[in-house]
Formats: sequence, C-alpha cells, structure tokens
Amino acid sequence: MKALYDFSYLTSAIHEWLSSFLSPNGVLITEMILVGIAFMLFFAVLGLVLVYAERKVSAFFQQRLGPMRVGKWGTAQTIADVIKLLMKEPVINREADRFLFNLAPYIIMIAAFMAMAALPFAKGLQALDFDIGILYVAAVSSLGVIGILLAGWSSNNKYSLIGAMRAGAQIISYELSVALSLLTIVVLTGSLQLSVIVESQADGWWIFKGHIPAMIAFLIFLIASTAETNRGPFDLAEAESELTAGFHTEYSGMKFAFFFLAEFANMFIVSAIGATVFLGGWMPLHIGNWQGFNAIMDYIPPIFWFFGKVSFMIFLMMWFRWTFPRLRIDQLLTLEWKYLLPINLVNILVMAFIGLVGWHF
Amino acid sequence: MEETITTALESQEYFINMGPQHPSTHGVLRLVLSLDGEIIRKVEPHIGYIHRSIEKMCEHDSYQQIVHLTDRMDYLSCHINNEAVCLAVEMGLQVEIPERVKVIRTIIGELTRLSSHQLWWGVMGMDLGAITTFLYGFRDRELITDIFEETCGARLTMNYNVPGGLMFDIHPNFQKRTKDFVTYFKKKLPEYDDLLSNNVIFRERTIGIGKLSKEDAISFGVTGPTGRASGFSCDVRKHYPYSAYDRVQFKEILRTEGDCFARYQCRIAEMWESLSIIEQLIDNIPEGPFKAPTKAVIKLPKGEWYQKVETARGEFGVYIISEGQKSPYRLKFRSPGFSNLSALDHMARGCKIADLVAIMSTIDLVIPDIDR
Amino acid sequence: MKSVVNYFKEIYFGLRSLITGLRVTGHYITHPKEIITQQYPENRDTLKMFERFRGEVVLIHDEKNEHRCTGCSACEVACPNGTIEIIHKKVDVDGRKVKALDKFVYHLQMCTMCGLCIPACPTDAIKMANTFEHAVFDRSKLTKILNKPGSKIMDGIK
Repeated sequence: MKALYDFSYLTSAIHEWLSSFLSPNGVLITEMILVGIAFMLFFAVLGLVLVYAERKVSAFFQQRLGPMRVGKWGTAQTIADVIKLLMKEPVINREADRFLFNLAPYIIMIAAFMAMAALPFAKGLQALDFDIGILYVAAVSSLGVIGILLAGWSSNNKYSLIGAMRAGAQIISYELSVALSLLTIVVLTGSLQLSVIVESQADGWWIFKGHIPAMIAFLIFLIASTAETNRGPFDLAEAESELTAGFHTEYSGMKFAFFFLAEFANMFIVSAIGATVFLGGWMPLHIGNWQGFNAIMDYIPPIFWFFGKVSFMIFLMMWFRWTFPRLRIDQLLTLEWKYLLPINLVNILVMAFIGLVGWHF
Repeated sequence: MEETITTALESQEYFINMGPQHPSTHGVLRLVLSLDGEIIRKVEPHIGYIHRSIEKMCEHDSYQQIVHLTDRMDYLSCHINNEAVCLAVEMGLQVEIPERVKVIRTIIGELTRLSSHQLWWGVMGMDLGAITTFLYGFRDRELITDIFEETCGARLTMNYNVPGGLMFDIHPNFQKRTKDFVTYFKKKLPEYDDLLSNNVIFRERTIGIGKLSKEDAISFGVTGPTGRASGFSCDVRKHYPYSAYDRVQFKEILRTEGDCFARYQCRIAEMWESLSIIEQLIDNIPEGPFKAPTKAVIKLPKGEWYQKVETARGEFGVYIISEGQKSPYRLKFRSPGFSNLSALDHMARGCKIADLVAIMSTIDLVIPDIDR
Repeated sequence: MKSVVNYFKEIYFGLRSLITGLRVTGHYITHPKEIITQQYPENRDTLKMFERFRGEVVLIHDEKNEHRCTGCSACEVACPNGTIEIIHKKVDVDGRKVKALDKFVYHLQMCTMCGLCIPACPTDAIKMANTFEHAVFDRSKLTKILNKPGSKIMDGIK
C-alpha cells in the first residue's frame, strides 16, 4: 500500500533484488529492458484507452453514442480495430522510396518513446531524472516531425508532401511557443529538472502561485501544444477535407496504426508535461494552511493525481478538436508569430520581474 | 551563374487531381488544380462522372414519369425540382391548380430549402475542419425528413408532385409536426451562429475569400444565395412568383461583399426567411382538392414552355419542347450548380488549397445536379 | 496606440467567440439525455415506419389467398423503369378465352420507389409496403413474383 504513494519503495526493492545476483552492469541492462517492456506495454494500453476515449468523447459532443457493439459500451472496440489493422494488406506505392517509407512510422514512435522516458508519473516513478528534463522533452518531442516529413516525402504523393511541409512549418514555429511558455515557469522554479519542478509545487500549483502570467503561459502552452501534436484546429498536416489524409495518405494497416498511435502518445506526452509544469504533476492539490483539506488530498495516491490531471488536459484538447474549424496555414503562422510569440516574450519578462521581486507565493 | 540561381529558385507549377474521389468535392467532381506551392493558379473542373443522361431519358418518358427523375438531380431540393417540371407541364396543359396545392407546395418547398441549407451548414463546417457541425446539421435535418416521410412517403427522393397537383393529400399530422419543427429550429438556429458564424477562426477563414463581383456573378450566370451574396438580385420567388409566393411576405436577402462569409450569411438569413414563410402559410392551408383533374395520359399541345423556380442552389429552369406526343420532343434543365461551378476558377485563383475548399462549400455544389 | 488597442481587442473578442463555441459543445456533452442515436437492429421491435413510407410494391392478398389484380398492365405502363412485368395467361371464363394474371414479376433492384404504379392501378390491387430491409446476398433474389402460388383473382373484379 505504501508503494502506491511512493514508488521508490517498489523500484529500490527491485533494484536490490536484482543486485543480489547480478553484476552492476547486468543490473543496469536488466533494468533498462524491464523499463522498455513496461513502456511498451504502457504505450499499447495508452493507445487502446485514448482511441476509445476519443471516440466516446467525440460521440458525446456530437449527440451520438459512439461505439456500442464490441463489448459492454463498446469497450473492446479498439481491440477489434487493432485486429482489423493487423490483417490489412500493407500497400506500398510503386514509386515510393521503400526504405524511408517503412522507416517513417518508427521514427515517430521512437520520438514518442524517448519523450516518455523523462516523465514523472508518480513519486519515484520516473525512468530518467535529468537535470535538463524539460529541455530534453521539448527537444525530443519535436523529433517526430522528421518522421512526418519522411512519410510525406517518401510516399511520392503530392497530397502527402503538402501535408508534410505544412507539418514542418507548423511544428518548427510552435516549438518556440511551447518552450517559451514552459520557460515562464522555469523562471520561478529555477530548475529544468522535472522532479524538482514537481517538488516545488508541494505548497500549490504554479498555475495558481504564478498569478496571471502563469495562467497566460498555460493558455499559450495549451494552444501551442495542441498545434505541436497536429491535432484539433491545427490538424493541417492531415487536413482531411483538403489533403484527404495528409502525410499518411499512402499508409495502410499497421503502419497507419503507428501514426495514429503516435498522435495519441504525443497528445499524452504534451498533456503530461503541461500537467507536470503547470498543474503540479503528481502533487495533490494543496491550499495554503488548510491542514484538514490537504490531508484529505494527500490520501489520494499521487499516480491518480497525475493521470487525473493528464486526462483533464487531454479532455480539453479533445474539446477543442471537436468544436473548432481548422486554421489555414498562413493564419496558423500569423497566430504564432504575431500573437503567441510576442505575448510570450512579454509574459516571460513580467514573470521574471515577479520572480525577482518575489510576488509569487 | 546568376541565371542558374534564378532558374533554380523559380517555383515550378505543378498539377494536382482533386477528385473524383476526394472528401470535399461532395461527390465525384474532379478538379485539376494548377498549383504554385499552395497557391492556386488555375482550377479546371472536369465534370461528367455521374452523368446519367436524364434529359435524354425524359424524351422517352411520359410527363408523370419525368417528375421522379428530377429527384435524382439536385437531390437536396428535390421537391422544388419536381415542382418546376409540374409547373411547366401545367402551363402547357393550362389547367388551373387548386389553391390548396399551391400552398402545400410552397410549404414543402421551403422545408426542402431549409433541409438543404441545414445540410450545407453541416458540411461547410466539416469542410473547414469542425466535424461536430456536420452532426448538428443532420440532427435538425432529421426532423424535416420525418415530416417528409410522413406526408410524402420518402425521406429524400419524395416525388410528391404530379402534373396537376399532389400525389396525395397532406398527412393529418403535417401541420402539427411542422409547427413543432419551426419552434424547435428557432431555438437551434442561434446555435449555428455560436458554433460557426461568430467563431473567430471561421471568420478568418471566410471573410474576403473567394470574392465575386456583381458583374462577374451576372456574366457567369451565378444565381441563388451565391449570386445574391454578390448583390445580384436574382430571387425567382420574388421576381417571378410561382405557387403561393405572391401572397407571403419575405425579404430577398442581398449582400454586397461577394465573399465566402457573405454567401454563408446569405444562407443563414434565408433559413430565417424560410421559417417565416412557413409560419405565414402553415395555418392558412385552404380547403379543397389536392389535385386538379388531369387525363391519365398527358399530351402537351405543340409548343415550348419554360418554367423557372428558385431551388436552394439558385435558379432551376425546365424548358419543354413538345410535338404533341405523350413525351416531350426535347427537355432541357437549367441547373444552378453548373453555372455556379463555372465561376469557381474565377473565385479561387490566387487562393490557397484550404480556401478552395471553403469556396466550394459556399457555392454549395451538388454534383448530380451539375452532371444530370 | 489605436493599433495596440485593436490588437488586444482582437484577442479578447477572438477568445470570447471561441468560448461561446465551446459552451455549445460543452452543453451537449453534459446532457447525455439529448443523444439522438437510435440503435437500429436492437430497436427493430419498436421501430415503426410511417404508414405512407414507400418500401416495396406488394400485391394485396386477403385471407382466402385472393388478389385483385386483373393483369391489365396499367402499372407496367406507369412504371418509368420497367420494374414491373406482367405475364399473362389465357383462362376460360364462360367458354371465352380471357387474359388473366399469370405472374406479377417485380424487379426490386430497378425500383426507384416513385409510387406511380399505385394510383395507376384501376382495381387498387397493389400498395407500397413499409419494409425497408431489402439487402440480400444474391441479386437474383431481388426479382420477386408478387402473386402467391395458388392465388386467384377475387370475385367480381374485372
């Protein structure tokens, strides 16, 4: 039971047990493999859950029931989808660059995997605790665009190419806003290490402690991260009604599923970063000196707090997607360079001032 | 050296086949786009993928049978198409149509227009990336199709008109259902504004896009809401009233901007007008027969007749040449979609691909109407 | 200065319009009672079509297996698509050879459900049924013979 509140008990127990019969190098390799398997399983479950969630949430937004046939309330629908995708023929365009065509989905998946490694899921449940955690995640999560560009280029399809080029322009610009909005909080924490950022929110989340600049930063992060995951009103790379399916027009079967899965994994990752930096990660909601209230909040295990906050962020992103029309490519860039970036820069300045004077809590 | 650099940097035009299978061509329209990056240099519509030679088929069918073929042209304003054929035949036969028929035809025609505009609104949102609007549009349309199903016996291809009147009288529930729908839809229509009309992204996407001047609208023969958004006063209901349009009060919606947003606003305003027309007529359906007596085999005298009506897309005309036989010698449909499509190239030049999609949805194309 | 004010005004009104949109969709996700989806094969028992719905042409038979069709071919003439084919036979009535209905062949695959055959019938022998589940695995199953085997014409119908 204790392990539910602090996973370091569990992880150190495994570590000691492995050390008892393996050399230090052997322990390291075994642990790496274990973590890899754990992430892989987590990825699969994440995909299943999020695809189901998206279908249900979109259905309820649209006054529909969504999947209802496979399993109770359609819960097994995604499994059925996976089986269908596995059985589909992987068609490759005759003039396509076969090597890059096959490589692209894996690059996207690997980028998502790498970003996942630095996320603090709960107390003591973090694969890698860098001192440059945020920088690493921001850098790695934008690596996926290479996969998109490769997919678009190698498909030998003009629609795919246009989609890929759009995705490139989009992600390069919005990466700035994501990083800057995260920096706004880093000004206050004084550290890029994700575990330190979480610990610094023990007495309150940064979105509340940082006054209005933190809220503006959160809003910008929300917009920019939605754009970075190619979702919602910013799904220009896919742009179903313009480019049929954008960069993955030519993909079918399991390779298409990889793109699909990566989209949801990326959504999870940016939501997790947002939750960690702005909403306190796995930290329970604490309000000042309300001892009783804080004690009750502490009673809920941190892992539930983390996933609760991430689901909230994901729900917000789904809400955007199922409400707004899509932007045009030039408007997308206008939004970034004319609105988000200047506001962000001013915001950082204000935040630095607040941090300097010590007006934050 | 310098020359090679400029030639290397020179952008190259390339072609894209948009359609016949493409999500936003609303059917099987094929557009050959000539692009410079994402900017459209030329749009060349290729039509004929759903050509069924309806005009030729009409030359072998009796006048009653022609009516049901027009259902399959502009399937979203099928009742109005039927009405046009029936009015033309009635003009040729010189039969006096009962008042009841005129009013019922007008009410159902306006309901058809509403349902067409609802579908257009949903699809317009979906073309611009807001998929939820599609479902909301269809949700409201469902109630109209229920009214149609109860009274006319079919949801889409109704074939409710026959030369001389209607196939059968309205259903006893018709008035109540229609009134319920009007009260329901008056509550839902502001929601359309909340979701799209006032949305900043939507406005950015549509204002100033795909401009068509009044002169161009006239010279291309663009009619309907598309033409009226450019300031071309072309409402057949107002200028050449048929059925019961001469006794109802309604405004002809005119805007001057001629861009996508004006076309959008035009259709939304038309929905309010249609609701008001229905409200004026629904309690005043005169008693009487639902069909003027006609012969079983209709033979038009030798001559030519032209009847135009206002469908949801614009001016729809039926031109009948009769040699005195039981089927027409030649029958020509003037379909609004065809003329409206011809202005597409003019509107879309210099726009981006995303704008082209927006322009196409505001023209509100129905491909079977273009191809026939 | 004015442009600065406009800049923030734009942001304010833009955000407000987005929130109005979110409120509309938010309303529907919080009111699951307004869901309009029907679960079709499950609700087959309660699903009732409107009485005028045109599903397919049927030849009305009464409990004595008698129909009212004289085989006059009026429906065949009225049909725009050649959906109906009347095959005649000669029967002896009071020693005279009279044309009568042998087979009422109905090609459902060609029918556009226009309903023109119904008013064309002088004896009200046919009507449009409410059925709508016409999907079959073999196209030939769509060609139906509407007069039931052993049925005969009702007395007094000419």
